[in-house]
Amino acid sequence: MEMLIFLIFAALALASAVVVVGHRSPVYSTMALVVTLFSMAVLFVVLGAPFIGVLQVLIYTGAIVVLFLFVIMLLNVGREEVQPSGQRAQAVMAILGAVVFGGLVMLAVSGVQAAAFPQLTPEMVSVKGLARELFRDYLLPFEIVGLLLLVAVIGATVAARKPPQVDVSSPDPKESEP
Amino acid sequence: MSVPISWYLLLAAVMFAIGTVGALTRRNGISIFLSIELMLNAANLTLIAYSRQLAVHTGQIVVLFVMAVAAAEAAVGLALFIAVFRQRHTIDLNRINLMRW
Amino acid sequence: MGAELVPTVLKLAVMLLFLLQVAPIMLWVERRGSALIQDRLGPNRVGPLGLFQGLADAVKFMFKEDVTPAAADKPLFLMAPVLALLPAFTTIVVIPFGPDFLYNGRTYPLVVAPVETGVLLYLAIASLSVYSLVLAGYASNNKFSLLGALRASAQLISYELAMAIAVLAVVVPVGSFYLGDVVQYQRENVWNALPQLLGFLVFVIAAFAETNRLPFDLPEAESELIAGFHTEYSAMRFAVFFMAEYTSMAALSALGVTLYLGGWSLPGVDLHGWLGAAVGLAVLLGKVALCMLFFVWVRWTFPRFRYDQLMRLGWKVLLPLAIFNLILVAVLTLAGVL
Repeated sequence: MEMLIFLIFAALALASAVVVVGHRSPVYSTMALVVTLFSMAVLFVVLGAPFIGVLQVLIYTGAIVVLFLFVIMLLNVGREEVQPSGQRAQAVMAILGAVVFGGLVMLAVSGVQAAAFPQLTPEMVSVKGLARELFRDYLLPFEIVGLLLLVAVIGATVAARKPPQVDVSSPDPKESEP
Repeated sequence: MSVPISWYLLLAAVMFAIGTVGALTRRNGISIFLSIELMLNAANLTLIAYSRQLAVHTGQIVVLFVMAVAAAEAAVGLALFIAVFRQRHTIDLNRINLMRW
Repeated sequence: MGAELVPTVLKLAVMLLFLLQVAPIMLWVERRGSALIQDRLGPNRVGPLGLFQGLADAVKFMFKEDVTPAAADKPLFLMAPVLALLPAFTTIVVIPFGPDFLYNGRTYPLVVAPVETGVLLYLAIASLSVYSLVLAGYASNNKFSLLGALRASAQLISYELAMAIAVLAVVVPVGSFYLGDVVQYQRENVWNALPQLLGFLVFVIAAFAETNRLPFDLPEAESELIAGFHTEYSAMRFAVFFMAEYTSMAALSALGVTLYLGGWSLPGVDLHGWLGAAVGLAVLLGKVALCMLFFVWVRWTFPRFRYDQLMRLGWKVLLPLAIFNLILVAVLTLAGVL
């Protein structure tokens, strides 16, 4: 049963990942990313991390990807035109590099012991256990991440703001400096 | 029959490779961002798989932090895209190349 | 897995049975209710009291011409209504509708999906409802639809935040995300609406914004954006959006009732077995019906929020109130009061 779920959602994740990377229209890429993230969330749940799986859907697909879509529509990003010059060579090199990387990882992974996963205990799956460890051993990183999010919000607000208008029609020369 | 960890690691590695190809070949800034999100997710899968293998919560906690950092990065990156778009009226990265040689 | 399959399917069948009736019933309620509020009669020709108006509307939708704009993005255009239905029908799987059921020596919780991350799962799937609006607006190749979609996405994710923090405040004294535990807590103490009045208000206002109901229905503003994001949708596709909106209203009412108004329980009533399940389901449906009436009532009473007023309310008023409520509840829980 676990094998079946893994196979279905792994195939789905890979197929939609290829669509994300390959499709010319950014809106389709974004929707394919939603499918990928959802499949990954299912795999997280299968791996005994239901809280992370649900958070993946809530945060990643529910907010981050919506932000992507919002910006795509705001900036009216169109389909990418196919450009012949230099694109083929770049693509071939990239794919070669990816294949080499994949091969290296397969080499590394084959050395991992093929022991089955330990049985899932309720303690491992529970949200309470995760919370206990998060707020006990990892309290400082948690607070720092909160600070990071605050800084990111301020930075994003400032970066996307319209530049302040310079009033050039003012008669007073002192006031026309930005 | 349960799934061995190497399968999850392999899936994560393949997805990472796909994301890398995307980040290197796309010209559209948003598409590059999407590929980066793919790579982050592949790393998340590896972390969760190992967290399960070693029966600890550490991997899940790190994934929480990775998600938060990804959100922060997406927000700031997209804000920067909007700012660049205002100046250049394009987000084709082949044209936003003022700092290239 | 096999032992859980039959009970789960039964529970799902029960819940879906009632959820599917929501759209036709609400159609009649909305039109007669709005007529009552506006001092007119409303539909009264089709059947007694106009009760078969829903049937007539359904037949009309089936026979209307299905127009797809020529320059529309076809796959996304066709996918958007379907995407609207998915979250609406999936989110009810975490709502409990009765006390734990004892059968053949095993206890079956009366929730379709008794997972530990109950209410979080609801919020996660409900957050996917943004996509249908956004895709509908984008794929229609229509300026007004696009504007409606942009407004909708910004509105939904803003109010989602306030709602999630209000929900968190309910979870803190209970100590669990599982909605069965939330109802049990309310049975042992008082309904959550009383000690968490502020959170309840925030949740109700955010619920109106989440379902795009007046006074927050700017994305589909009938007098400003033609019909907003579903301008280009006709016949059955429009009916699907319509159905999805009412169904998500019902699901969100069910969540609000479970979190704040005691869910399937009535104070003083303690039944079990088949009778307990039936009474619990009836009580839950009754409370949800009252909430839906409230939705209709508010719609025909208030004017619409302007977009900047809407965003200001979500970020500058509701979010600080929700956070204040959360801190208050956390302090009271630590002090042992809650």
